[in-house]
Amino acid sequence: MTNPIEIRNLTVAYDKTAVLKDVQFSIPKGSLTGIVGPNGAGKSTLIKAILGLIPKVSGEIKIYGKPYKAKDRLVGYVPQRGSVDWDFPTSALDVVLMGRYGHIGWFKRPGKEDTILAKESLKKVGMDSYANRQISQLSGGQQQRVFLARALVQDAQVYFMDEPFVGVDAATEKAIIQLLTDLKDQGKTVIVVHHDLQTVEEYFDHCILLNKEVIASGVTEEVFTVEQLHQTYGGKLAFLDKGKVMVEQKR
Amino acid sequence: MEQIGQMLLAANTQWVLIGTLLLGLASGILGSFALLRKQSLIGDAVAHAALPGICIGFMLTGERSLIILLIGATVTGLLAAYCIQYIASASILKEDTAICLILSTFFGVGIVLLTKVQQMPSGNKSGLDSFIFGQAAGMVSSDVKLMAGAAALLLMVTIIFFKEFKLITFDAEFAKGLGLPVSALNFLFMTLLVAVVVIGIQAVGVILMAALLITPAISARYWTNSLSKMVIISGIFGAISGVIGTLISSLDRGIPTGPFIVVTATIIFFISILFAPARGIITLKIKRRMTNQKLLREQGQVK
Ligand SMILES: Nc1ncnc2c1ncn2[C@@H]1O[C@H](COP(=O)(O)OP(=O)(O)OP(=O)(O)O)[C@@H](O)[C@H]1O
Ligand SMILES: [Mg+2]
Repeated sequence: MTNPIEIRNLTVAYDKTAVLKDVQFSIPKGSLTGIVGPNGAGKSTLIKAILGLIPKVSGEIKIYGKPYKAKDRLVGYVPQRGSVDWDFPTSALDVVLMGRYGHIGWFKRPGKEDTILAKESLKKVGMDSYANRQISQLSGGQQQRVFLARALVQDAQVYFMDEPFVGVDAATEKAIIQLLTDLKDQGKTVIVVHHDLQTVEEYFDHCILLNKEVIASGVTEEVFTVEQLHQTYGGKLAFLDKGKVMVEQKR
Repeated sequence: MEQIGQMLLAANTQWVLIGTLLLGLASGILGSFALLRKQSLIGDAVAHAALPGICIGFMLTGERSLIILLIGATVTGLLAAYCIQYIASASILKEDTAICLILSTFFGVGIVLLTKVQQMPSGNKSGLDSFIFGQAAGMVSSDVKLMAGAAALLLMVTIIFFKEFKLITFDAEFAKGLGLPVSALNFLFMTLLVAVVVIGIQAVGVILMAALLITPAISARYWTNSLSKMVIISGIFGAISGVIGTLISSLDRGIPTGPFIVVTATIIFFISILFAPARGIITLKIKRRMTNQKLLREQGQVK
């Protein structure tokens, strides 16, 4: 069986210097994978390159054994927050409906079915009572949840989420993780960029340590070791008791 | 009063009114997208850059055929739009600087050429200078029909691609991820924007055309938080401005249309900014005071 995601020798550059060097990993179906690494490690770049949003220098990207084409509708995406005009005249429900555009096709309007799906999706992230709110009148965490709902409604096989927990309160974070676990149990593959090292082992069954290149990838227990974290973060780690680790806040 | 009544009965006036109505509608609708895409100033530059194209079109053919003039205007208008985008992306200059540079260069050349044309001995060049401030009432029937037809076509294309334009305006990256041809759609939108500016310049004039594009859109933004409603309201405001401006300018020969269209649009803007139900300044004040009193009253009951 082919893995839903196979990356080989991927190199990506913005200007002259490579941001991602010779990246190689594969992710099995029905897994929940965390991508971990310091700021500027190329986590967002990796996702964008896989989605074809930025060109690659070399290498191979395969989604379900084929080069990724957006029209396959296999992939859903939650971008890192803050890339849109929040004052845009649109409601939360409207934003979620945008996730259906790939299914609706050209020249048609979203139908009743799409609206029902979008509302269900808002409900899943606990935002159903905000459906008609203008997006600038939502809090940061609520905006993040709307974007998550938009990805859910895409009904994809593989989901990429770039730091979906930023600005989300603890209760919501737990609810979202439950949601992602449900997706996983349905045989979908979920890849999440994650910053909180303390919850990595709890949330993810697979893990990729990234800092311009892949330090390690695979099952979390094998990958998420103090030694490899040291290598990823270059000594900027502070250790807490009970064997927990976190990134040094100062300096 | 009698004068207006007679005027309204004239077939040509009716066509002119239909023409400016459709023009106002189309530019209000495209203007909404231009505003949200932060391309308002590009519309202004395109309008000014149309002038040299009009003059060159006239000089090459020696006659005042609207089609030729509009083709000339489209060519220089598009050229200006792409120059701006090229300068902004390839040099260290910011977009606003690029717009300023291109606008003044093209318009300056346009005025030089216009002066040349008016010194030319031959040809029917009457009314070429009306492209500066616009002269809707003086438009001949075939010109008006061309303008109306083109405006209707632009409207249709915009409605067909409404959903796609909405998505690339709000979140181009997500649109790419869905597999939409974002660059092609950007190009299509830019072409529509240039087209509406170009067909509008005979009626509104190169200097003020951008105002008909943007003012209705800003006004409409105050009335609603939904894009489809904003687009409709903006179209209606544009149409009202077009019609009222035309009516005033047809009262007498020689009154330019553009300034009256823009004055009408501006009056609508002031009404909107003050009284619009969604975001008007005075409306918000009243709403806030009512909420405050309500909250105070509730607290009073609790205590
Ligand atoms: N558009 C761009 N042009 C040039 N360089 C860029 C661009 N975007 C990112 N970079 C650079 O590429 C590197 C990787 O950036 P990327 O956004 O992928 O990091 P990240 O791992 O997502 O970081 P963070 O944790 O802060 O989100 C950084 O050094 C950044 O400066
Ligand atoms: Mg990032």
